[in-house]
Amino acid sequence: MAVQRNMDPKKCPMPVQDPMVRRNNFDEVALGYTYEMAVNEAKRCLNCKNKPCTTGCPVQIDIPAFIERVANEDMEGAYQVIAKSSSLPAVCGRVCPQEKQCESKCVRGIKGESVGIGRLERFVADWHREHCKDAPEMPAQNGHKVAIIGAGPSGLTAAGDLAKLGYKVTVYEALHLAGGVLVYGIPEFRLPKIIVQKEIDNLKAIGVDVETNMVIGKVLTIDELFEMGNEAVYIGSGAGLPRFMNIPGESLKGVYSANEYLTRINLMKAYKEGSKTPIKHSKKVAVVGGGNVAMDAARSAKRMGADEVYIVYRRGMEELPARKEEVEHAEEEGIIFKTLTNPVEVLGNDAGEVCGMKCVEMELGEPDASGRRRPIVKEGSEFVLDVDTMIMSIGTSPNPLIRSTTPGLETNSRGCIVTDGENGLTTREGVYAGGDAVTGAATVILAMGAGKAAAKAIDEYIKNK
Amino acid sequence: MYKIVRKKELNPTVTLMEIDAPLIAKKAEPGQFIIFRAKEDSERVPLTIADFDREKGTVTIIFQIVGGATMELNSLNEGDSLQDFVGPLGKPSETDGLKKVAVVGGGVGCAIAYPIAKKLHNLGCEVHSIVGFRNKDLVILEDEFKAASDKLCMMTDDGSYGTKGLVTNALEELIKDGNEYDEVIAIGPVIMMKFVSQLTKKYNIKTIVSMNPIMIDGTGMCGGCRLTVGGETKFACVDGPDFDGHLVDFDEAMHRGTMYRDFETHAREASCNLLNKEVK
Ligand SMILES: Cc1cc2nc3c(=O)[nH]c(=O)nc-3n(C[C@H](O)[C@H](O)[C@H](O)COP(=O)(O)OP(=O)(O)OC[C@H]3O[C@@H](n4cnc5c(N)ncnc54)[C@H](O)[C@@H]3O)c2cc1C
Ligand SMILES: Cc1cc2nc3c(=O)[nH]c(=O)nc-3n(C[C@H](O)[C@H](O)[C@H](O)COP(=O)(O)OP(=O)(O)OC[C@H]3O[C@@H](n4cnc5c(N)ncnc54)[C@H](O)[C@@H]3O)c2cc1C
Ligand code: SF4
Ligand code: SF4
Ligand code: FES
Repeated sequence: MAVQRNMDPKKCPMPVQDPMVRRNNFDEVALGYTYEMAVNEAKRCLNCKNKPCTTGCPVQIDIPAFIERVANEDMEGAYQVIAKSSSLPAVCGRVCPQEKQCESKCVRGIKGESVGIGRLERFVADWHREHCKDAPEMPAQNGHKVAIIGAGPSGLTAAGDLAKLGYKVTVYEALHLAGGVLVYGIPEFRLPKIIVQKEIDNLKAIGVDVETNMVIGKVLTIDELFEMGNEAVYIGSGAGLPRFMNIPGESLKGVYSANEYLTRINLMKAYKEGSKTPIKHSKKVAVVGGGNVAMDAARSAKRMGADEVYIVYRRGMEELPARKEEVEHAEEEGIIFKTLTNPVEVLGNDAGEVCGMKCVEMELGEPDASGRRRPIVKEGSEFVLDVDTMIMSIGTSPNPLIRSTTPGLETNSRGCIVTDGENGLTTREGVYAGGDAVTGAATVILAMGAGKAAAKAIDEYIKNK
Repeated sequence: MYKIVRKKELNPTVTLMEIDAPLIAKKAEPGQFIIFRAKEDSERVPLTIADFDREKGTVTIIFQIVGGATMELNSLNEGDSLQDFVGPLGKPSETDGLKKVAVVGGGVGCAIAYPIAKKLHNLGCEVHSIVGFRNKDLVILEDEFKAASDKLCMMTDDGSYGTKGLVTNALEELIKDGNEYDEVIAIGPVIMMKFVSQLTKKYNIKTIVSMNPIMIDGTGMCGGCRLTVGGETKFACVDGPDFDGHLVDFDEAMHRGTMYRDFETHAREASCNLLNKEVK
């Protein structure tokens, strides 16, 4: 059906909670499009034949096809188009760095703003969750068993795809709750946990077993998973090992890794009144780093009651690796950006508590191997930032637990599992891997895409055995 | 859910529980620990595996009731279940090639020291155990230690039982008497482990300590359990909990252990009130 195009050069803005209000609560910041907004925004799409936007999506969602259905008010139809390529649209619509992916390729972005693809995807997924209550159908079993390690987006996606093909799938998760970074890292105000829970309930409804409190490598090894009758294993154990800077003072009380800080708040619910999880109630906080993790830590610190929160980042505003929307939201909430700044020492008082952070100013030099301009220290620029808490958010790498207990599983110098290209096959027969465990800290959509590809490869491997 | 099959009060502040956890029992080795959550909204708290029975499929924990989480655990009874129980975490204690060892336990640390003494004893190693308590009422595991040791020195701070004095006094005497230990294993309050390590450094005897920093996940994900060992940052939950006592920065570990003291005092009072109400 032909639709009346909407030629507004601007994207329909996302309704959000007022910054002054939201910086005191953990409720979701972005409220989502209304039905009318979604239909109107969908009409901005030109339904391009060559689908440039789709080439920018790591899992190649047929974007014009789903958006056209939204424009025609066929929301369930739109959902079905997305579901063919993505198993976590409610999540990806919220957390994908769209401006670097699908939306960066949108032709409407040339003269104005791109179509709000992520926002539409979120709308469709939320609509489906609210309107389609029919329980998913239990697929017919094919009699083969597969084990998945890690209940993050990568493992959950592989589990879902394999279960739909009839495999008996068990997901082993180390923590007491499934979801990976989606539950322990990304805060409630960006990704409500109920959405993640719903996805996990859906998996359970199609017969996936999720066993929590199972640290693979400790309680069971990969070899034992095979002995238990699994014909293939998928490792989606993420990259959870936090890095520190190795500067003096990092062991002082009040220095957190972002993972610890966010885990206390999200997984252990320290943000809730009466929670049993202790957390420092900081007044002045410095978060070191410039990625999504840093933004989440900073915005959480603000919500936990800190008066001043700084993002300390060694390059400039342009180079911040975080999603653009998160940076904007952080600024609106009053986070102070100290870019071109690098900490050199954490200062402590007699009680061993943080009482300041010695920093140097940086300037950008020649581009380095990554193509980004290399920060160099400005001579004589040392100064002290008055803070009582420091949150290290300078990256994570894969945890050694699995590689150290699985003979024949090769990893590279950064601890990432080595795989054979697209399908995720590791150096061990029948063992596949993907997501952050292979790439190092990356994105939800890439982790999900890897889980999908591996599920397909595992299916072929078992069928051809 | 993980069922409590046995509960026994060892002294007024220390309780033993045997938990049904067959997979963990199958793999557990001395030196490793579990993390439990008593209830749905509880904290994650680490406890050493004090014993295990591979056939029965049970794991024994011995804990001191010090605060909110341990009070909550102690409020559960035989037949009740724990919400979460994950392990075995950490590296097992090394026992290879040990012929003669002094095992030093302080207070509830004795619960952690006992399984390693037992394992060494079963391997045919000569075990001298030195266990210290504040007073007679707090003594735990005496018979167990007797059975696992070639020599047992019982010490109390006030002399109400065994010999009056600190574990370091007894250890130094044994060393002076000409006992040549391949290794000293010290487990107890950080301050005790610090002084044992200082003593053995003097005599140049390799010393292993079992560190117990504040933990959350126990899988190397949060870095909250980090310690400085030989100038390097180590995560106790995956690199330990056993470390070379001559390399550990104990003062830093003691500081970090007090991170949440105010919060804990508050939580303890809250739990006490809750328990009082339940009793009424
Ligand atoms: C705070 C934060 C914010 C982020 N924001 C964004 C964002 O806005 N957009 C975006 O695209 N990406 C974001 N990311 C990155 C994204 O979350 C990750 O790339 C993605 O979650 C990786 O998925 P995964 O399944 O590979 O691993 P994870 O999500 O890390 O899941 C791995 C799971 O495996 C479990 N596990 C580990 N070891 C074992 C073991 N031995 N046995 C059993 N289980 C094990 C872990 O407990 C965990 O649950 C963010 C990350 C963080 C930390
Ligand atoms: C590897 C390891 C093995 C342990 N084994 C034993 C054992 O076998 N028996 C035993 O009685 N105790 C053991 N502990 C100590 C035990 O974990 C603490 O006593 C317990 O966490 C106290 O919790 P609480 O809420 O009851 O007390 P709180 O009032 O919260 O705390 C009292 C003290 O316990 C420590 N503590 C608090 N929370 C944690 C935490 N999440 N992780 C670690 N320490 C914490 C702090 O130093 C604190 O000052 C072990 C600790 C570790 C790390
Ligand atoms: S999954 Fe991510 S990249 Fe793909 S269309 Fe959706 S928002 Fe864009
Ligand atoms: S590029 Fe933009 S306008 Fe074209 S189909 Fe994709 S979303 Fe629509
Ligand atoms: S407890 Fe989190 S890294 Fe050790």
